[in-house]
Amino acid sequence: MENFQYILPEIFISVSIMLFLLVGVFKKNSASLIYNLSNISLVILLALIINLSSLDTVYLFNNSYLIDNLSNYMKIILVGSGIFVMLTGSKYIQVINLNKIEYPILILSSILGMMIMISSNDLIVFYMGLELQSLALYVLASFNRDNLLSTESGLKYFVLSALSSGLLLYGCSLTYGFSESTNFDQILINSTEFNYGTTFGIVFILVGLAFKISAVPFHMWAPDVYQGSPTSVTLFFAILPKIAALCVFIKFLYTPFANMNDQWQTIIVFISIASMIFGAVAAIGQKNLKRLIAYSSISHMGYALAGLATVSNQGIQSSITYISIYLVMNLAFFSCLFMLKRNDKYYENIEDLSGLSKKHPILSFSLLIVLFSLAGIPPLAGFFAKFYVFLAVIEQSMYFLAIVGLLATVVAAFYYLRIIKIIYFDPEKEEYETSHNLGLKITLAISTIFILAYFIYPSGITEIVSKITMI
Amino acid sequence: MNFPILSSLILLPTIGALFILFTKSSSGKYQSSKYVALFISLANFLLSLYLWYVFDKNSVDFQFVENREWLSGFINYKVGIDGISILFIILTTFITPICIISVNATIKNRLKDFLIAILIMETFMIGVFCSLDLVVFYLFFEAGLIPMFLIIGIWGGERRVYSAFKFFLYTLLGSVLMLVAIISIYWITGTTDVEKLYELGIKAEYQNLLWLAFFSSFAVKTPMWPVHTWLPDAHVEAPTVGSVLLAAILLKMAGYGFIRFSIGLFPIASENFTMLVYILSLIAIIYTSLVALMQEDMKKLIAYSSVAHMGFVTLGIFTMTQQGIEGSIFQMISHGLVSAALFLSVGVVYERHHTRLINKYGGLVSIMPRYAIVFMVFTLGALGLPGTTGFIGEFLILMGAFEKNILVAMIASLGVILGAAYMLWLFKRVVFGEINNQELKSMKDLKTFEIITLSALVIPILFFGFYPEPLMNSIEASVENTLNMYNFDLINNLASKD
Repeated sequence: MENFQYILPEIFISVSIMLFLLVGVFKKNSASLIYNLSNISLVILLALIINLSSLDTVYLFNNSYLIDNLSNYMKIILVGSGIFVMLTGSKYIQVINLNKIEYPILILSSILGMMIMISSNDLIVFYMGLELQSLALYVLASFNRDNLLSTESGLKYFVLSALSSGLLLYGCSLTYGFSESTNFDQILINSTEFNYGTTFGIVFILVGLAFKISAVPFHMWAPDVYQGSPTSVTLFFAILPKIAALCVFIKFLYTPFANMNDQWQTIIVFISIASMIFGAVAAIGQKNLKRLIAYSSISHMGYALAGLATVSNQGIQSSITYISIYLVMNLAFFSCLFMLKRNDKYYENIEDLSGLSKKHPILSFSLLIVLFSLAGIPPLAGFFAKFYVFLAVIEQSMYFLAIVGLLATVVAAFYYLRIIKIIYFDPEKEEYETSHNLGLKITLAISTIFILAYFIYPSGITEIVSKITMI
Repeated sequence: MNFPILSSLILLPTIGALFILFTKSSSGKYQSSKYVALFISLANFLLSLYLWYVFDKNSVDFQFVENREWLSGFINYKVGIDGISILFIILTTFITPICIISVNATIKNRLKDFLIAILIMETFMIGVFCSLDLVVFYLFFEAGLIPMFLIIGIWGGERRVYSAFKFFLYTLLGSVLMLVAIISIYWITGTTDVEKLYELGIKAEYQNLLWLAFFSSFAVKTPMWPVHTWLPDAHVEAPTVGSVLLAAILLKMAGYGFIRFSIGLFPIASENFTMLVYILSLIAIIYTSLVALMQEDMKKLIAYSSVAHMGFVTLGIFTMTQQGIEGSIFQMISHGLVSAALFLSVGVVYERHHTRLINKYGGLVSIMPRYAIVFMVFTLGALGLPGTTGFIGEFLILMGAFEKNILVAMIASLGVILGAAYMLWLFKRVVFGEINNQELKSMKDLKTFEIITLSALVIPILFFGFYPEPLMNSIEASVENTLNMYNFDLINNLASKD
């Protein structure tokens, strides 16, 4: 029992989920109550995790569960962004009549699944966490069940995700078969000798994980699911699963398969380059903002993976910095999206932004900052994210990756500029509502200021992240 | 060095922009924001003059250096100036108030946003000329794209969207390769501090590629033939004030970059690629002069003449002679003043007659005599008549070129004649001749604020044309130092090969 305190956050959230479920069953019309309670429980959860973060590395449950700097940092940004996702979406789900008790509970269970993924040090524990988060996400994607697109996206996500889970499981079993253990550290010890079985295992596992973070060529679900899901769920999709999957990527590549980096490095480089280029090119023709941000997230994942391809601590840290800044940019972008409301209808096409700057100067300015930041133009935060990644990539003399990546940013700049053009240069349309709930405004203000003022003190995140060392 | 004077120069315009953001203006005229902007930019100008006054012209070291920890561990925020950068800073702080005064005539809507964009732009431009760290330089260099994109796109002419995109993407494409080079330099030498890099030097085997990467960025920004095509579009579509900023200061960033980084950091590669730069410069001088001759749009003509003038600048820099580099710097300052003045002059008639086509004008001398006089001074300045700043720059560049390569110098001299041809022909068609167009007769001569801005430009063009000593004094020691380092590195490299 002396290890009880280390797993307290996970226990706390599991208990809250069950409790909220009971409240929801026995108390009528308790949707809003549960929504708020879930938010509070997330804040407490965040406090619990931060409380743990001063500790050293701790192994639990027969070395199958690991709490270290990496898992703590990832959980903090995971739960932190979870809070903001809940805050920004609260009004949205009321307006489109999705305010049901299941919604916050599903989000919480998905977060629980991700936390288990992040801390897992064993193939079975990892798979458990993965399935918990995926099951919740299938339901969330099709949560707006009267909407054709939403049901389609849920089904699509389910079918493709199940396929990838199958591949992942097959990879896990191959790895287990050839290395005789499911424990990450044990696999590392047993896989000193090269054998084809484990290589195949790595490939299958990487395919499954690449699917989860929507990297090319396993990205096909992303645009449809992003577009079809309710916007608040899209925001969730855009941030949280990516954090968890990236963390698992780091764990897999640098713990069980650390000895075999010459096997997986080429795969990661290929996935990274393909994602950067495809994401940049395919986004050009998009008309729907959610769809566009799906392609944009594909290319952003390419950059995050570029850091992982370097096989260096610097690279891992740069990827983690990248995803941290990426999630702030996404929060800001979606907050802007939530503000495009008129007569209880949300607008999500690029044309709806036409001439926005004339009536809504502050909203347009935030969008301007976010879009330039997503494009990676200095001095905004997005530039520093890319800068760190390329710093790590060039350190390993991977010039091809660096040059392709930077050229892809120029292509990507085009479609971000197109949105800015529509906001600032085009004739104006009708006004949108200007009264928004406080959570949304605060999220937008915080994230925009973060992006804008990041250059004043850029070493903040770097210093925290520099504690994370895998090699 | 206690008071961070350079950082104040950099930050002051941004603080002004924040002020404007929060000023409320009664009526739609935004008078108060205009006064705030003018006040801030004039204060900045005075501060930069003070900086010039206390600046030690005989020292070759960087002065007023500020060095702060910034990106934990690797990169410091480092700024400092030498004799070369101070002139560009003064040029920037001098042109900005002129832009703000002339804003009234050209910008009809969203004046407040425009003033903010100009002030933010000033911050970035001063930052470029101050920074002594490659990453800080890159940051300012690229950041300037954002306000300029908006200036062209929001307040520009009919094809503004196309031009703004072209400007942004061309420049970004050139610059990303420079970023790769900067990061590579960090890993090769362990620092991006320019002063330290001057001392350490970069190994000869890396220099050619790094030089090319920097060149790709500067060549687009200069702009050099064949990547100059964004410039005519951007100039024509930008509002008058935008064209002024673009021509007077933005183009100078690249010339400055060539002297500070290409020559300073990669002397061996610069020597290797001299011929490439000569050829591109000569093509720019001759070809774009010919293109300028045939233009029907006044702004386009001046834009092409800018390309030709910048061709002289790159030619002068890569002669690697004292005269050539000094001439190039002088030419950049001169072109900054003259092209700004020419664009403002075009703006004056455009605002009255709403066309830039040359054949719609003619005989302005009898309607607008005062305008005719100042426009003549600027025309003569642009074609390099002795007694204007344009002459001294071109003369020194050609002197430097003759020392190195007579053929190149001869071809470049042809450019001077072509320059005279297109500028005088422009002047003849616009100002002299009969008044064919009856609508022109209603045009009024210069207003007060136009007299202020244009005469503010006439004075330095003539003054420094007759008496270039103050400018020459401040650049001499730094240029000499740059050249000494350059030659020293070359000799060392030859010695190590033998």
